[in-house]
Amino acid sequence: MSFINYSSREINCKIVYYGPGLCGKTTNLHYIYKKTNPDSKGKMISLATETERTLFFDFLPLALGEIRGFKTRFHLYTVPGQVFYDASRKLILKGVDGLVFVADSQVERMEANVESVENLRINLAEQGYNLDAIPYVVQYNKRDLPNAVPVAEMKKALNPHGVPDFEAIASEGNGVFDTLKAIAKQVIMELKKGQEGG
Amino acid sequence: MIGSDLVMYDEEFKLIDAELQRLLAQSNAKVVFLVDKNGQLIAATGETENLDTTSLASLTAGNIAATGGMAKLLGEKEFSILFHEGQRDNIHISIIGQRVILVVIFDQRSSLGLVRLRVKKSAEILGNIFNQLLEKVETGKGPSTGADSPFAEITDEDIDKLFG
Repeated sequence: MSFINYSSREINCKIVYYGPGLCGKTTNLHYIYKKTNPDSKGKMISLATETERTLFFDFLPLALGEIRGFKTRFHLYTVPGQVFYDASRKLILKGVDGLVFVADSQVERMEANVESVENLRINLAEQGYNLDAIPYVVQYNKRDLPNAVPVAEMKKALNPHGVPDFEAIASEGNGVFDTLKAIAKQVIMELKKGQEGG
Repeated sequence: MIGSDLVMYDEEFKLIDAELQRLLAQSNAKVVFLVDKNGQLIAATGETENLDTTSLASLTAGNIAATGGMAKLLGEKEFSILFHEGQRDNIHISIIGQRVILVVIFDQRSSLGLVRLRVKKSAEILGNIFNQLLEKVETGKGPSTGADSPFAEITDEDIDKLFG
């Protein structure tokens, strides 16, 4: 749910990175944080365990500049990927404007990927959203690993509707900004549509 | 999709800001701010210069969401007030009209009793302002339908420019 402030001329949108445990959601945010101009980012907040596993969420506010005189801000969140944190995951999805699904390309994680997409669909539905109707992109992460599943196969399993998808090596930054840009674009276009519709 | 996007107009923003300032003064607080349940900061007043209000807003919403999850498990509708006590500063968090979160940060110059009393009064006034705002958004009387809308003519190029 975006926040449009006509008084301070700001648009705020919420983007959530979803995916199975250790797929690289936090790594995506870290890279974005590292590569963004200090003026346009806030502090990155990580609510993580001592072993750096996300406990509740990571949060990164990003000011991208102006559109038609309105300051455009994206609030990027990750969910905790581990299966047993489902209650927390649901909370983060509240008011989401756009979703990035980060898939782990390793063959042994394919089952976890499929499970996580299913979980996303169910949790979204609980909040009244439909994954097929909300801005959504898929990222195939860890493409550099030797046991990576071919992209065509991943597409078939994880992206049957053919939403925009990207190959990535988040630890090196490959594909990270392509993914962010694609979801930002969809979110803004959705806002435009919403305004036209009513 | 459920609900509608939160929209803020100049008129209501000024009313909200004035009410927050009144609350700040009357409760002797350090900082008062308002967040929507999704973690977006709506307005802030007081000693905010050295405070990361954006992060505070996000964490407050996370806190309320987690507490709300606990309430649900216990069969409660919500826990409408949270209070965190520190050595120097304290935080009083309350939900207004089930939609926005009012946060008051105060130190020994004030007291929990005073803050609670003043928050209760302000909550009613702020609740009315938000009802007025929602009505305006629903009936489409705001400027969003007019030529002022920032979305009307957004192009792909506008978005590309954001990323330099």
